[in-house]
Amino acid sequence: MAKWFMLTLVGEDRPGIVAKLTHALFEAGCNLGEASMMRLGGNFTMMLMVGFDGKSKTLSDVVTPVSESLNLHLHVDEINAALHTHLEPDVRISVYGADRTGIVSEVTGALAESGLHILDLESDVAGSKDSPIYVMHIEGHAAEGIDSLRAALSLMKDRGIETSLEEIDTLIG
Amino acid sequence: MAILNILVFPDPVLKQASEPVTEFDAEFKQFIADLDETRLDAPGCVGIAAPQVGRFQRVALVDVSANPKHKSNGYMVLVNPEIIEWEGYKKGREGCLSVPDYTGNVMRATSIVIEAQDADGVMQRYECEGFEARAVQHEIDHLDGLLFLDRLVSRRNDLFERKVYKK
Ligand SMILES: [Zn+2]
Repeated sequence: MAKWFMLTLVGEDRPGIVAKLTHALFEAGCNLGEASMMRLGGNFTMMLMVGFDGKSKTLSDVVTPVSESLNLHLHVDEINAALHTHLEPDVRISVYGADRTGIVSEVTGALAESGLHILDLESDVAGSKDSPIYVMHIEGHAAEGIDSLRAALSLMKDRGIETSLEEIDTLIG
Repeated sequence: MAILNILVFPDPVLKQASEPVTEFDAEFKQFIADLDETRLDAPGCVGIAAPQVGRFQRVALVDVSANPKHKSNGYMVLVNPEIIEWEGYKKGREGCLSVPDYTGNVMRATSIVIEAQDADGVMQRYECEGFEARAVQHEIDHLDGLLFLDRLVSRRNDLFERKVYKK
């Protein structure tokens, strides 16, 4: 059975990165698993699970010609992983406020103490150059229940941070 | 009573539309009983549609009453259902017996009115809200050969979606 590797690639964004990279992986007989790719600050970032029947070095050799031609930093790790091990989030939290240092640390610190296990976090800086606003979106698992998270978030308002929490009730049908 | 075999995507038949029900005989009622037993056999499952077990007729069962938090009409047998009114839109997370190990966000109307026949062929009218309305729309989609995968929306950029007012 093939091993799983985590490939991380980062570099200046340009059209065609995903197509060129995945073509090289396909040609080498790799299997793709879960992946997350997005543009952050003009860079394109990719993290992908790659199933490959060989050594880490061999996989690096497969990818390096592509990553070098596209000027991407490449990192390859053999990982202990499997597909079909999703954890379902049961809470969704949105946070926004005038941008200042420390928002993420304050909010996630309070949430962690209240039992939140973050499964997914995305954040952005919006607004204008003169008055930026910070926007963050978290999905996670509330290990100690929703009420303790609500209590933690209620303390954020006085610090100029707006928050909202919504339970995720996944429908199965 | 029997637990029926659930078809899973990529079985192409899940993408086919189902035909209206015209016979409300004993065999049909037995099928409905088996279909609900199949639903109850799946943990947390609040709805099931006939095509999910390979019977391409317009029948769906919905029951969200197991969780008292949800406003509910109880156990609904929806035969030849039609949504006649809908209002509001909200994103919510869905999974499906026919799509194991994946959940995703889908936009659905927040309140709907449906007309459907029951197991005896008698026309009924239900008003559904929130989670129950979502479940009904998910199941009626199955009757039209649609999966929630056909309606996925991005999980990004939805901070301000919560309150959408209809004109
Ligand atoms: Zn379904």
